[in-house]
Amino acid sequence: MIDEPRDREDIAQIIARHASRPGPLMPILHDLQQQFGYVPESAIPMIADALNLSRAEVWGTFTFYHDFREAPAGKRVLKLCRSEACQAVGGDRLAARAERKLGIACGETTGDGRTTLEAVYCLGLCHSAPAAMLGDKLHALLDEPKLDALLEELEN
Amino acid sequence: MRVFISRDAGSLALGADEIADRLVIEAERKGLSLEIVRTGSRGMYWLEPMIEVERPEGRIGYGPVSVHDIAELISGGALEGANHRLCLGPVEDIPFFAQQTRLTFALCGVIDPRSLEDYQRHDGYTGLTRALEIGPAATVEEVFQSGLRGRGGAGFPTGIKWRTVAETAAEQKYIVCNADEGDSGTFADRMIMEGDPFCLIEGMTIAGIATGATYGYVYIRSEYPHAVAAMEAAIEKARRGGMLGRNVGGSQFTFDMEVRVGAGAYVCGEETSLLESIEGKRGEVRAKPPLPAHQGLFGKPTVINNVLSLAAVPFILAKGAAAYRDFGLGRSRGTMPIQLAGNVRYGGLFETAFGITLGDLVDKIGGGTRSGRPVRAVQVGGPLGAYFPRELFDTPFDYEAFAARDGLIGHGGIVVFDDTVDMAKQSRFAFQFCAAESCGKCTPCRIGSSRGVEVVDKIIAGNRVRENVDVLTDLCNTMKLGSLCALGGFTPYPVLSALTHFPEDFGIAQPRTEAAE
Repeated sequence: MIDEPRDREDIAQIIARHASRPGPLMPILHDLQQQFGYVPESAIPMIADALNLSRAEVWGTFTFYHDFREAPAGKRVLKLCRSEACQAVGGDRLAARAERKLGIACGETTGDGRTTLEAVYCLGLCHSAPAAMLGDKLHALLDEPKLDALLEELEN
Repeated sequence: MRVFISRDAGSLALGADEIADRLVIEAERKGLSLEIVRTGSRGMYWLEPMIEVERPEGRIGYGPVSVHDIAELISGGALEGANHRLCLGPVEDIPFFAQQTRLTFALCGVIDPRSLEDYQRHDGYTGLTRALEIGPAATVEEVFQSGLRGRGGAGFPTGIKWRTVAETAAEQKYIVCNADEGDSGTFADRMIMEGDPFCLIEGMTIAGIATGATYGYVYIRSEYPHAVAAMEAAIEKARRGGMLGRNVGGSQFTFDMEVRVGAGAYVCGEETSLLESIEGKRGEVRAKPPLPAHQGLFGKPTVINNVLSLAAVPFILAKGAAAYRDFGLGRSRGTMPIQLAGNVRYGGLFETAFGITLGDLVDKIGGGTRSGRPVRAVQVGGPLGAYFPRELFDTPFDYEAFAARDGLIGHGGIVVFDDTVDMAKQSRFAFQFCAAESCGKCTPCRIGSSRGVEVVDKIIAGNRVRENVDVLTDLCNTMKLGSLCALGGFTPYPVLSALTHFPEDFGIAQPRTEAAE
């Protein structure tokens, strides 16, 4: 689907938007992911051409960062903070509960493509841990009922 | 009536938007005219969402407020001063707040972070005005004299970095702000960027003028979308208000800046790795020398400072180096915004002069654990910081005092654990985290972290414990001495401190104090 001419045009436009800035690669990758939900593989040689880099250099940057995806995530992404501050107040237990209820491990997407569960290493809400992010909404002081409510929200 | 509600991510996570929305609805229903100002957070998160009402005697706080309380708060006349069970009295008299020395965070939670005028009305940009009066060389000297040291964790004197860049001739120099606040237990950078972004912009502008740099980048982690939005909005306002761009503040100087967003790599909090990332490369650490001050971003002389270092600068310039230096202890001058996190009763930000003891911070200020169980360990300084047992709670909060006890203050985060913590598991996590986040450039970090997980597993399983503890100690020494940056170099701190202070969790009866060597 991504090799349709219109998508290639979008990719080219995103590249052109940043190409003349110093250090354009990260903003390009971010915008591609924003647009497509992941970074299409066909964008890699296009970026390399435009920025006068080797494909390996572009691929190297793309794969270094945890955020950039090679394939789309589920429709909804639930991020659970797994860092020390959240561990101190039962974060691991909540993560295990979410994994059990969704039937997937952190980093995986449910078979129906609806939900991706991800571990995140610190949302900066450590004052009110445990913390989570569903879509772009933050949640703090998570406990089992609150987590269950989030999981229910995912079903709907 | 004017009321203030925080729009800080921490407050939003606790429901501040829902409170603000309901307040509007209920006020309309009662025919009450209400102006809601969205501010940053005061940092007392156990009281969030908090509503502050402007009254002649000051701002009166109510919290933590739930949506169900709003109708009652309005109809009971509580917002006009009547007593209510959620009333906290004047916010600045709450002991947690009143005990602080708020220099960097003076306006956080007070002003509207989207309003340049509000910042200026509260004496914002007086630091820049003075910097313009005294000139670049005297500005660098002022920062040097203040004793300000890098608040990211390394504690390197900020004035020396600035001086080095100022003395290095180049047609282009840069100011880079490290806002890749990845340490668990820290949120001060986030709070400043969301609550008082103009303070950071002013600090960077002063740095630019002082060192001859005309452009700045704030590198913010992607996990902080609210901070990114707040900084971008503030930069735009500053530009429109003539405080960024050509002729900054009517002077002959040029300084402009932009936000760059990270992509989930913890190691990009390391300064050279951060520079690589802005340049569009893998976030691999650079070997030093050359120092970033000589060859930094795009090979040009670069000041790279933490958010809190740069946000301390406006005060230092406005009030003078001595006013800042007068606070603190030994070689740790000024204040540190300390962050209380994890299993703590009063979680939040506490800015205070260096020198307060760890025990006072955890027990008196933090109120012990939220679970009500005894405090067993606290990790200070993020995932690379040491675990301290109660026996070391007399340690004063100070760069050197923590180093003397095989720890570090890092970015000022304190994560509290109660007696249910398994310290062997925590030390295993430290290696695991290092393995996941290692940039891979140097062997001790890349390989050592994975071998570390395996060795800890063997110790936990009771497999030749004494020999494996020796292997672990040796591995940690190799990582400490042989790693290129603090990720590999400091991962031994949580590992060895856990082993030294909590050997029973590893199935070892006798404490091995020499393991900390």
